[in-house]
Amino acid sequence: MNQANAAQADSPMIEITGLNKWYGDFHVLRDIDLTVARGERIVICGPSGSGKSTLIRCINHLEEHQEGRIVVNGMPMTRDVKRIEQIRRSVGMVFQHFNLFPHLSVLDNCCISQTWVQKKPRAEAERTAMEILERVQIADQARKYPGQLSGGQQQRVAIARSLCMQPEVMLFDEPTSALDPEMIKEVLDVMIELAEEGMTMLCVTHEMGFAKTVADRVIFMDQGQIIEENAPEPFFNNPQSERTQLFLSQILGH
Amino acid sequence: MEATSTRTEMIPERRAPDMRRGAAGWLRANLFNTPLNGAVTVVTAALLAWLLWPALQWSVLQADWLGSSREACSGEGACWVFISARFESIVYGFYPAAERWRVDLVFLLMAVLVAWLAIPRLPGKRWVGLFALVGFPVVAFFLLVGGSFGLEFVPTRNWGGVMLTLTIATVGIVGSLPIGVVLALGRRSKMPLVRGFCVVFIEFWRGVPLITVLFMASVMLPLFVPTQVEFDKLLRALVGIMLFWSAYMAEVVRGGLQAIPRGQEEAAKALGMGYWQRMALIVLPQALKLVIPGIVNTFIALFKDTSLVLIIGLFDLLAIIRAGLTDSEWLGFATEGYVFAALVFWVFCFSMSRYSQHIERRLHTGHRN
Repeated sequence: MNQANAAQADSPMIEITGLNKWYGDFHVLRDIDLTVARGERIVICGPSGSGKSTLIRCINHLEEHQEGRIVVNGMPMTRDVKRIEQIRRSVGMVFQHFNLFPHLSVLDNCCISQTWVQKKPRAEAERTAMEILERVQIADQARKYPGQLSGGQQQRVAIARSLCMQPEVMLFDEPTSALDPEMIKEVLDVMIELAEEGMTMLCVTHEMGFAKTVADRVIFMDQGQIIEENAPEPFFNNPQSERTQLFLSQILGH
Repeated sequence: MEATSTRTEMIPERRAPDMRRGAAGWLRANLFNTPLNGAVTVVTAALLAWLLWPALQWSVLQADWLGSSREACSGEGACWVFISARFESIVYGFYPAAERWRVDLVFLLMAVLVAWLAIPRLPGKRWVGLFALVGFPVVAFFLLVGGSFGLEFVPTRNWGGVMLTLTIATVGIVGSLPIGVVLALGRRSKMPLVRGFCVVFIEFWRGVPLITVLFMASVMLPLFVPTQVEFDKLLRALVGIMLFWSAYMAEVVRGGLQAIPRGQEEAAKALGMGYWQRMALIVLPQALKLVIPGIVNTFIALFKDTSLVLIIGLFDLLAIIRAGLTDSEWLGFATEGYVFAALVFWVFCFSMSRYSQHIERRLHTGHRN
């Protein structure tokens, strides 16, 4: 944890106010307000095209927003490259398609940003990487290349790669959507373990079982707006808005 | 009613299919597997023999190999004495005989460096590579040009032959790749000024023929610069060739950059990497690997096009052989000269091609995702 973070330890992890984003004329995010406390686990769901991925991609500036204010770990987001990179160092991200670096071994995937971004000595980086690979139970594959692993294994490596940077918050962008059904569990298990250790997490996912087990709060988005947010128990059992009811009946109805 | 079916016995093991090993098996399987194919094989073999036999007779069986003058040529086949008698000038051009050890030393150093970098087992690749890119050019420059460290000055107009061809090709290859990479990155930049400059640069150099570039460098440039300032003719040609090919290289590299999924850069961004780190560590290693065939294709084209410098009066391998043809001692040996030049070019280009295939196999890391 660096000094900036320590000073801000009592501020919320993420604070988003009045966020608006357009792709040309298309209004993807409309007046989003969202505060994520430290250690909070949030699941974001909603129909495709509702802006949920775009929302979490704004948090580490993979997408640029036009209006509103984002504060991550006490650091307001600006267009300044140095600031953006500073924020990205405290935010981990896991992608739908893993996005592992295919030209590097599993171990190198986990070490490259430690040695180049955090400027750690190689030996220390390898030690950290092996510890974390151990935690996601894939240390025995450390010398292999991503192309030689199954989808579930690749996603666990991607989670490990992110954790190697010691992030304060983890963003998950549909981490299980590209996986074969039998591999979803091994990835969810890692995510549940991570949640139990107290990691702040924002997960865009359709895994409602996961939401029920670990989420502190479930957010439903449609057409770029937050329609409903609630604790999982009332959210699933007693949804307030019609659109949430429709969505839940569609994904839970079979 | 039984609802399921479960296999209770395993399927018995079978022998592996016949691999058809050996030359005879291969022949039978590929060339004589049907009567028609057999007939085609025989006819083709006869045709090849009919075409190649005279070539073989001319170039090897009836050729003259030994001797030192025209008298040694019997006139039945090729007279390679023409090549061996002029071998020194083919290799060194007009480099003073007493100083040719300097060229040999540079050749030797280059061969050692190339071999060292090409053989995977040898250690210290990073330092050897650094020396090859930074130290070697300096050493080669002082050795070849001279004029310091007690070495006699040898002006570049005395350079020639294989030595000149290799100099131009090496400088062109080593210079055009990095410039091309920078141009390719620049062409994808979000900064309009950088992108604009790269687009104009690439389109300009790709739009003019290399011959024009060389003419411009040798004839036009001196008209534009003050008369006291005089650039070496070879230096001007080298710069022209380097910039010309860097434009081609840029487009080859850009093709590779386009092919890398956007997610790769996003993942690198999410890990906090800056632009140059993302490019150098993540995007370029993958993009360059993808376009090795295109890069080597450009290298080969560059290597062959070095012979165009003969039109501005530089005596590369081809030019020096052509010069030999006009020697009154040796009139009428054009075929030998051109065949030999072609063979030398072919050996270099084919080696590059084979090495690139080897590299591609070595860098393969399983399936792409």
